Amino acid sequence: MKAIIVDDSRATRSVIRKTLLEEGFDVFEAGDGKQALEELKKTGPVDLALVDWNMPVMTGFELINELRANLDFNSMAIMMVTTETESSQVQRALEAGANEYVMKPFTPDVLREKLMLLGFARD
Amino acid sequence: MAAPMSLDSADAEYVRGLVHRRAAIRLDTSQDYLIENRLAPLAEAQRISGGIAELVSRARNGDHVLGVKITEALATHETSFFRDSAPFDVLAKSVLPRLVEARRATQAINIWSAACSTGQEPYSLAMLLLEKFPVLESWRVRITATDMSAPVVAQAAEGLFKQLDVNRGLPASYLVKYFDREGASWRIKSRVRQLVQFRQANLMDSWAGLQRPDIVLLRNVLIYFDGDTKRAILDRVRQTIAADGALFLGSAETLLKVATGWSPQLDGKVTYYTVQP
Repeated sequence: MKAIIVDDSRATRSVIRKTLLEEGFDVFEAGDGKQALEELKKTGPVDLALVDWNMPVMTGFELINELRANLDFNSMAIMMVTTETESSQVQRALEAGANEYVMKPFTPDVLREKLMLLGFARD
Repeated sequence: MAAPMSLDSADAEYVRGLVHRRAAIRLDTSQDYLIENRLAPLAEAQRISGGIAELVSRARNGDHVLGVKITEALATHETSFFRDSAPFDVLAKSVLPRLVEARRATQAINIWSAACSTGQEPYSLAMLLLEKFPVLESWRVRITATDMSAPVVAQAAEGLFKQLDVNRGLPASYLVKYFDREGASWRIKSRVRQLVQFRQANLMDSWAGLQRPDIVLLRNVLIYFDGDTKRAILDRVRQTIAADGALFLGSAETLLKVATGWSPQLDGKVTYYTVQP
């Protein structure tokens, strides 16, 4: 299984990466939405994208719209991981095509449980 | 001399294994602080002069009661929405469809969440019913949620959850549909809340007033009882539950060698139990 972490905080990427590696993912990283698109064009689609909302250059919300409009990438699972915690923002992200939503701060268990919800359960 | 308040790595590993075996709770090494925070008061309450290290050492050397208390200290109120997820899938895909079909005449379904803690389990059930079984909206549906701790039941009935709680196990689509933001917290909507009746009850006491349940969730609670008490509780559940009802235990628990009169039903990775005819 492959995943890409898209977050402008190296510390956050590191926390997420640790859990994903433990869950058996190969992990790619990008610091903003544009970098993520460039990375994905090189690697091809991955199983899961974990996407921050507020990033420079291209936001996570814009990235989700790009991915859902692109036939190569629109079947990827997308999990938003963000400090945005208003109900209306969660709704917007889901309507744009996010499959799950994690509000920062979070623990490794939160991520694991969300991975299970998306069907990435470890046996 | 002050008793040592920290654990060496072998003791921490033992405690992680213990709570995993007994309560299906997975603690990772980043949560050793949690082990220390929960076990220090336990060591003190047990008047163990050697602190946590001696507490764990006694459990490792066969003190079964301390093993249970350690598990309890770490397990207490450990819960999340749709905990373990698989039993809820089985409820949604096989057990509830069967029972809904079987109850068409009476149009009533009763579910008992028998160790409801802060409410995540009964509210998960209520959301599942609303989401997957709209036909039940005109039925008499009652989820009875009990816990032995009165403050915990009161908190559950309030229906107010912290962000960390709603982050855990709850599909985001359910969050926006069944919760309202209230300050920094999230409150369960009344259409979910009204399906659940909370009350304080100890499994070892009378169950008077409990309507005959079609489904019983008795998850991760039997570990706190000895063998005879477990058997007595399970015998009472067997006499109380509907003849075609389903009993769910925690994912690491089993009825094998504990109680008789039950038939295990394997559904995917989940085992639930029905009463032997």
